[in-house]
Amino acid sequence: MELLIKNGYVYDPINEINGEKMDIAVKDGKIVESVSSDAKVIDATNMLVMPGGVDIHSHIAGSKVNSGRILRPEDHYKDVKPRTAITRAEVGHTVPSTYTIGYRYARLGYTTVIEAASPPLKTRHTHEELNDIPLIDKSCYLVLDNNWIVLDYLSQGEIDKCAAFIGWIFKALKGYAIKIVNPGGVELWGWGKNVESLDDQVPPFDITPREIIRGLCKINKMLNLPHTIHLHTNNLGKPGNYRTTIETMDTVSDLADGKPNIHITHVQFCGYGGDSWITLRSGAPEIAKYVNNHNHVTIDLGQVVFGDATTMTGDGPFQFILQNLTGNKWKNADVEAEGSAGIVPYKYKRKNFVNAVQWTIGLELALLIKDPWRVFLTTDHPNAGTFMKYPRVITWLMSKVAREKVLNKINKRAKKRSTLPSIDREYTFYEIAIITRAATAKALNLANKGHLGVGADADIAIYNINPMEIDPSKEYKKVRRALKRAAYTIKGGEIIVKDGEIVKSFIGETFWVKPAIPEDLEKDMLREVSEKFKEYYTVSLENYIIGENELASSKPIAVKTNL
Amino acid sequence: MIKVILITGRSLNQGVSKELGKFSKEYMEKVAVCELDPEDLKLLGVSSGQNVKVKTKYGEVVVKATESTQAPHKGIAFIPYGPWASILMPSATESTGMPSLKGIEATIEPAKDEEILDPEKLIKMVVGREP
Amino acid sequence: MKTVRNVVCPFCGSLCDDIEVDIEDNRVVKVRKGCAISATKFTKYNEERIYKPRIDGREVSLEEAINEAVEILANAKYPALYGWSCTSTEAINIGIEIAELVGGVMDNTASVCHGPTILGEQDAGISTCTLGQVKNRAELIIYWGCNPAHAHPRHMARYSAASRGRFVKGRKERTVIVVDVRKTHTAKTADIFIQIKPNSDFELLTALRWAVKNGELEQEEIAGIPAEKIEELADMLISCRFGALFFGLGLTMSAGKARNIEAAVNLVRELNNYTKFVMVPMRGHFNVTGANEVMAWATGFPFAVDFSRGYPFYNPGDTTFVDVLTRGDCDAALIVASDPVSGFPAEAIRNLAKIPVITLDPHETLTTMISKVVIPTAVVGIEAEGSAYRMDAVPLRLKKLVEPPPGILSDEEVLKMILKKLKERVK
Repeated sequence: MELLIKNGYVYDPINEINGEKMDIAVKDGKIVESVSSDAKVIDATNMLVMPGGVDIHSHIAGSKVNSGRILRPEDHYKDVKPRTAITRAEVGHTVPSTYTIGYRYARLGYTTVIEAASPPLKTRHTHEELNDIPLIDKSCYLVLDNNWIVLDYLSQGEIDKCAAFIGWIFKALKGYAIKIVNPGGVELWGWGKNVESLDDQVPPFDITPREIIRGLCKINKMLNLPHTIHLHTNNLGKPGNYRTTIETMDTVSDLADGKPNIHITHVQFCGYGGDSWITLRSGAPEIAKYVNNHNHVTIDLGQVVFGDATTMTGDGPFQFILQNLTGNKWKNADVEAEGSAGIVPYKYKRKNFVNAVQWTIGLELALLIKDPWRVFLTTDHPNAGTFMKYPRVITWLMSKVAREKVLNKINKRAKKRSTLPSIDREYTFYEIAIITRAATAKALNLANKGHLGVGADADIAIYNINPMEIDPSKEYKKVRRALKRAAYTIKGGEIIVKDGEIVKSFIGETFWVKPAIPEDLEKDMLREVSEKFKEYYTVSLENYIIGENELASSKPIAVKTNL
Repeated sequence: MIKVILITGRSLNQGVSKELGKFSKEYMEKVAVCELDPEDLKLLGVSSGQNVKVKTKYGEVVVKATESTQAPHKGIAFIPYGPWASILMPSATESTGMPSLKGIEATIEPAKDEEILDPEKLIKMVVGREP
Repeated sequence: MKTVRNVVCPFCGSLCDDIEVDIEDNRVVKVRKGCAISATKFTKYNEERIYKPRIDGREVSLEEAINEAVEILANAKYPALYGWSCTSTEAINIGIEIAELVGGVMDNTASVCHGPTILGEQDAGISTCTLGQVKNRAELIIYWGCNPAHAHPRHMARYSAASRGRFVKGRKERTVIVVDVRKTHTAKTADIFIQIKPNSDFELLTALRWAVKNGELEQEEIAGIPAEKIEELADMLISCRFGALFFGLGLTMSAGKARNIEAAVNLVRELNNYTKFVMVPMRGHFNVTGANEVMAWATGFPFAVDFSRGYPFYNPGDTTFVDVLTRGDCDAALIVASDPVSGFPAEAIRNLAKIPVITLDPHETLTTMISKVVIPTAVVGIEAEGSAYRMDAVPLRLKKLVEPPPGILSDEEVLKMILKKLKERVK
């Protein structure tokens, strides 16, 4: 099938196209030079054209997300939509059903989303849900930092075998990148404890969080994985934790070779200054300063949006603290030899001092970090708000007026302490295209995503707004409305959304990395691992492995390693 | 007649015989039973292997009394999950979806000469016609 | 002859995945490592098989049976789709779409099993874990209102009391407590047995929480247990490094139901202020957990989902199958991999017998007896593969070991055919 998108204003930062009026040709799911006269024409005159959005961190599938659904029937009652001839029924607000997730991302013009944390033992579940998320392409990060086999190997200095194990686990479980969640702390949560610094010991492993992070950062490079290590810091959610965040970034600075080698996720949650909830202040200026001076780091925001949220992380001890703070219902789910997860429903309130400070931190990070290629838009869905609120966050970044309107309503003490009112920067559409698709695709090293150059996947978002005429600073509401409902979303060359409604549905691809591991090394490693498995796990190694036939639409990405 | 609290549940025999078929001899032998505390058996004047009639507000059924190997539990009668047990249960779920399948007041009386209905007869009795 | 290793047993929620099965001439000839039930399941699955589809007791072709099923479902105003705990997650997933398409109510057997556990969790949460966490760390284990010696025969050896883990090496290094109304065979292996009065679990759980929090109780006796004993127990729970509470239908089916679970959740939550404590429901059928999982990801709700409005609506006690039946609301039913007639209260069975019932099952059951349409299917985990979720929500892959009898398809395949035809029929 051929498509010709005519006369749109195109924002394609990877190809340095900044609002140029041009045509985009599509054939057989790819962007091409030109198409025949038979091509279906989409008139994008006076519209904004971007690559499909790429979300680098969102909780969309797997045991933790589903636990959130089961835990929160009250979340689903008011947010429903009946089945149509094309779509399944929609249900759920902060923790919507799989179908709902696919449709809603598509309506926003997003076409690729990565599940942020899958414990290996439950990754079969993650894939079963990914199979049922329509339209978007997807993948998942594997949580590996509190994995006993990894910890055993790292503490014994067996880094080659550790790398072979991690390479094998990507092949066996079909994941995309190494996720690190409160390294060491989550293992101690197995005993109801936590770590407090990068140099705390994690008995009985004779290892520290710093050593885990450095080890995995080295392995990431040895395996030549497409993404960097993707890290949720220690001390997340604690006043004063911005220091831990900077220390974490710095602990791998010497391992970098000019490119990013660490991604710190949802930095809002680990960007707190002060030393108690009373003295809380934003640590964003310090973090931004560090990021501005060090190009080995990328971050995403975890921007707070006021209203309902469901907090869900692999950080069991953090969720325990949160349930004690809120008294809300709490689910904890430890996973043998691998980690934990916690879920606590939450509501962010404007007048609440802490929540208001949290809101300022995300925006300060985005506005103070100069290089948009290293700061990405997320709400850590559904932790700080749902992905449905991205258009709102975008207008806060594009309009000082929009920010001020909220600033005037938030807790006064929080406003007074914040540097946000003094920041004049406003994002351009070009920069928005960077932080929502180009930079995330680049950080994930997805060569065919996040841009509209010839050969790229024909994943395209068209918004009914004229970027040449509109002043987003003043007319931010118009921007928001346009971004909420794409005029067209095109996925793999197919029109899936028209005027904000789903017009076609199918299942997108699940991509995963397949690192090449030297045969002898893999054999040696597997011999040891199968012994450990008997002791550590309650399933056999054979049944741990996920067959490629279990993925609805599998797309392996072969990776040459440096092993 | 004695008054008891009736509970239903799984048993190993029920699990094994279920796999042999719901109409098998073994299933009926292992599931159409009521496990009683030895003292309750004595009170009833019934010995293990003889039939008893169990009655609740919701229904009645004849099953075989057996001496419990999981005693003592004086005043508590146990019938494995299955059609004989469920006849005795209320259908009200108290807004949970779950009928009270444990902890029901019941009476037990000797019924040495009464027949234990096989599953087909039992269902016929419940639905009031040939299935 | 060939031997297949690491077979997942499709019987109970323990999903033991170490079974060894010898196969000869498309028959299972020997089973190793499984419990007595497992061994019977793998070798006797051909007992009381159904080989031909039936309508009103008359043998028909598969196509005729499917057409009849489609007619019944398409013409029904409010059909109920029930069962699902003994089939693959994939099959259940198709069932959900059928229910959505015909505007019926979709419920699984959790509603008469651990449904109250889910309700308790929805009120208060739950601190839980996978079974390996217990195997590796638990110094103290409580079995409350459950009898694994009978219902989950290898649970204690593989996952809990007598399992051998990284930090806790076996039964001798653990303290085992059983709370039950009878001195069950599980209780006979315990270090401490608490014989509780029937229907008083809520009181004991609440008293224990009080004792954990405040040290001392005012009453002399609660639930038939002396106060000192409860206080002593509370001290033990606080003092272990890692404790696990396994609970069964003794909590969910007796007086209090979901409130009992909430009391247990709150006890465990309180204990986490002192030590590490978790609780795990002893789920019965091998994929009842999977039924909850797939329903939750597809509809937002784990059971009792009503599609009569076009979107999923959940109101247990109202949209649960026993209640729907007892009220006489549904005018047709599709029963898959379950035998409600064996386990439901008489009033519900009477109403089920009044409506056209379509049943998919490998075997003759009391439910096939009253069904208008019976479609035989393959035995999942022996003749058909698919995913299943263990009681702790660990997903495993069931294997296909042998071919089903000629002409017999899996639940998944039959349901796909029904869905396809329904889609053509219901626009």
